[in-house]
Amino acid sequence: MHNLTIAEISQKLKAKEFSSVEVTEHFLNRIESLDPNYNAFISVTREQALAQARAADIKLAAGDTHIMCGVPFSHKDIFCTDGVKTTCGSKMLDNFVPPYNATVVENYLNAGAVMLGKTNMDEFAMGSSNETSYFGAVKNPWDTNCVPGGSSGGSAASVAARLTPGATASDTGGSIRQPAALCGITGIKPTYGRVSRWGMIAFASSLDQGGVMTRTAKDSAIMLNVMASYDSKDSTCVDQPLEDYTANLGDSLEGVTIGIPKEYFGEGLNPGTLAAVEAAIKLYEAAGAKIKSISLPHTGLSVPAYYVIAPAECSANLSRFDGVRYGYRCDNPKDLEDLYKRSRGEGFGDEVKRRILVGTYCLSAGYYDAYYGKAQQVRRLIKQDFDDAFKQVDVIMGPTSPSPAFEFGSKGDDPVAMYLEDIYTIATNLAGLPGMSIPCGMVDNKPVGLQLIGNFFAEAKLLNLAHQFQQRTDFHQQAPADIA
Amino acid sequence: MEWETVIGLEIHVQLATKTKIFSGSSITFGAEPNTQACAIDLAMPGTLPSPNEQAFRFATMFGLAVNAEIGKRSVFERKNYFYPDLPKGYQTTQLAEPIVGRGYVDLQLEGGRTKRVGIHHAHLEEDAGKSLHEDYHGMSGIDLNRAGTPLIEVVTDPDMRTSEEAVAFARKLHSLVTSLGICDGEMSQGSMRFDVNISVRPKGQEELGTRTETKNLNSFRFMERCIHQEVERQIEVLEDGGTIKQETRLYDGDTHTARSMRSKEEANDYRYFPCPDLLPVIIDDDYIEAVRKMLPELPDARQARFEATFGLSNYDAGSLSADAATSAFFESTAAACGDAKLAANWVMGEVSARLNSEELSIAAAKVSPEQLAGLIVRIKDQTISNKIAKTVFEAMWDGEGNADEIIEAKGLKQVSDSGALEKIVDEVIANNSAQVENYRSADESKRPKMLGFFVGQAMKASRGQANPQQLNAILLAKLEG
Repeated sequence: MHNLTIAEISQKLKAKEFSSVEVTEHFLNRIESLDPNYNAFISVTREQALAQARAADIKLAAGDTHIMCGVPFSHKDIFCTDGVKTTCGSKMLDNFVPPYNATVVENYLNAGAVMLGKTNMDEFAMGSSNETSYFGAVKNPWDTNCVPGGSSGGSAASVAARLTPGATASDTGGSIRQPAALCGITGIKPTYGRVSRWGMIAFASSLDQGGVMTRTAKDSAIMLNVMASYDSKDSTCVDQPLEDYTANLGDSLEGVTIGIPKEYFGEGLNPGTLAAVEAAIKLYEAAGAKIKSISLPHTGLSVPAYYVIAPAECSANLSRFDGVRYGYRCDNPKDLEDLYKRSRGEGFGDEVKRRILVGTYCLSAGYYDAYYGKAQQVRRLIKQDFDDAFKQVDVIMGPTSPSPAFEFGSKGDDPVAMYLEDIYTIATNLAGLPGMSIPCGMVDNKPVGLQLIGNFFAEAKLLNLAHQFQQRTDFHQQAPADIA
Repeated sequence: MEWETVIGLEIHVQLATKTKIFSGSSITFGAEPNTQACAIDLAMPGTLPSPNEQAFRFATMFGLAVNAEIGKRSVFERKNYFYPDLPKGYQTTQLAEPIVGRGYVDLQLEGGRTKRVGIHHAHLEEDAGKSLHEDYHGMSGIDLNRAGTPLIEVVTDPDMRTSEEAVAFARKLHSLVTSLGICDGEMSQGSMRFDVNISVRPKGQEELGTRTETKNLNSFRFMERCIHQEVERQIEVLEDGGTIKQETRLYDGDTHTARSMRSKEEANDYRYFPCPDLLPVIIDDDYIEAVRKMLPELPDARQARFEATFGLSNYDAGSLSADAATSAFFESTAAACGDAKLAANWVMGEVSARLNSEELSIAAAKVSPEQLAGLIVRIKDQTISNKIAKTVFEAMWDGEGNADEIIEAKGLKQVSDSGALEKIVDEVIANNSAQVENYRSADESKRPKMLGFFVGQAMKASRGQANPQQLNAILLAKLEG
């Protein structure tokens, strides 16, 4: 049952082959028995899940035709869930139970989907290996000595291990695409403003965007149909007409122009990854797509610009965690300053503190122009690169990450090496464009991801190209050896 | 040495919007702590601000009223600092691109002098909550009802040279925002708060002296007092050969003293940067014109109308038109009694005196315009004299009823019956024969002065109720006779 896709589960629910309660029980039991191997969940909400499943069964019996009605899935623990602990992977919020739902959560509730639990993540979504979670690292189902990627490592691992058919996630610099690549699954980060950020705990507001992780492109299209909405509660949400992302999955690849940026194939790229990505591009060419070499000249500046802008925004976004109104508070503060210092000192992990310090420094008097001001200029140049590229091509392709999953602790002492994990994904966030990762091969029995980058609101085109690839390959169907 | 004072003001004006600037919470003053604070106001994780159009409209109205350029593109920034009543750890405000740009206000000063004060800019921002330092079991309390209340901060150029000018500007601003209906003007509730930047320099010197900023002034009297004290302090320091430290000072309204809060060196680095949760707000000409059409009558126009329509003096018209509530009170009274001049005298006289002594705003006046008009009508038809009218007014204020009811109940009706008056006059003449002798033997030119004594005696005998004109005539006739 757990090998079924969301599309298949939906179809079988409607055909009454099993009930929502049955399929929900199945996944809950799988999580219970297998998740200790992966640590993909922070909370499993068995009671609520079964209650939602029972309600979905009643709706299904009454003829509810929503495609996700009764389908189990999971939320990244960055989305606020009314009455369910929402930690954002941090000790700071270990005791935090929101009295409201994120808009994304509300959208899935309205669709009748069944939440199994909340997935593990890097603390406040800051990390590329899921090693910064207060709740312990997530293990990659393909090799439990390796990281699943981050920050949506729990969502990625739980989908790869068939603990959930799909999961929500968020992507600030690659947090959906890189773990999708490292865990051999499909993930899409939509255009900035397509998905409401209301109730999604902020890391860097101008870069954060919710998205989905599934095994197939078709399932991503189904989940994104529910997730995307215009929301007046998020002023940065774009009031763009909604579309059915499943409608164009079958479009032909004939005449599609794919741009290959030479900057994504330079030094630091694992040869096995390179070979897999090149093979994937050849497959597209064989299927009728035109391949065009392009240049995104400012790519090399994206990591430095990102590591000024994202920390700057996070340094302000995380000021609210002060031990005053909710969240972690130190014991017996002797005065206000002590309350602040110890609550934040004890409540945040090292990576979060590092980024708050960097961001605070970048915004300080006398440094603002040299860091934040310059980074914003670079951001405009990077966006201009993409604007120019999309005058020539429909989609851009390249590797999602420089290499497959790495071992725990292997980049622990070197934050910059860790930051370079996102060298191919970060520019997309800086420009606000949609990006996707799909499995396209294996290196040393570990998955490789192919990245697809689209123009603004070209999610349907990305999903179409991803689906067509998956019609011609079976990388997305491969499962880790011990997942039966 | 002769010194010149240079004053600039920063004024926080709370906007009387229905809801907060970035959330749907109400902003009514005086609610139980934390009953008007939602998840956004508490800065709960994942919450986001949604801008309130009414706040932009009010700010635009203000900009138009001070002849300012309206920022077609205004940008919110985050001003970062930690304080328990600042839930997000930053204040959302404007810096580089405010909604109101350069403008000016013209003041009328004593002696017909006018003065133009430049508005440097005015920006929209959110207010913080309040820290309550009364004892909560050894802790401080936080009330977030005020957190997120929309403010405009008005920043003037350093154009004022005396406390009189500064107070005149402050009053004019109060008059403007209350007339616009964008602020309730309740200064005791913090609806308008003044920060005063003060420096002194030798007369004739171009370069400005080092300034200090005194915060927390919420009355015109405090402001005036504070400026005098600070100017004196600065001159004393300079004349003793010292230098002025650039610092922020805090005024204490209880002790009427200011103390240093922090020096320039201790000032926070607020690390402003554009708020990524809010897109730049773009305002077009159509919007500005639509707002312009909604502008109510402003104080200057109202003053001119009071002079032209009611024949009031420039001074009377000025003081009655300054605030919208007072203007409305006066106009209702005048309309109901049909005598604008008397209405003006009463509003500026008795009504204003009672409001001052009880520290009430005109909205809380215990006599309504209709009641006041009822009283004025009885003065005009000579039912009561001016003097008795004051007694009736006091009784009305104390809730004893309408003018007619009080006159009736207390038997205050003016005595105009000539028989009764003659009787009183006869008694006064009989009881004061010596004075009558003096009067009659006095020179013609001195008699009018001496008549006052007899009028007083007769009035006293009538318990103040004698019709004064009639009484005068009868007295004259009898004395001369």
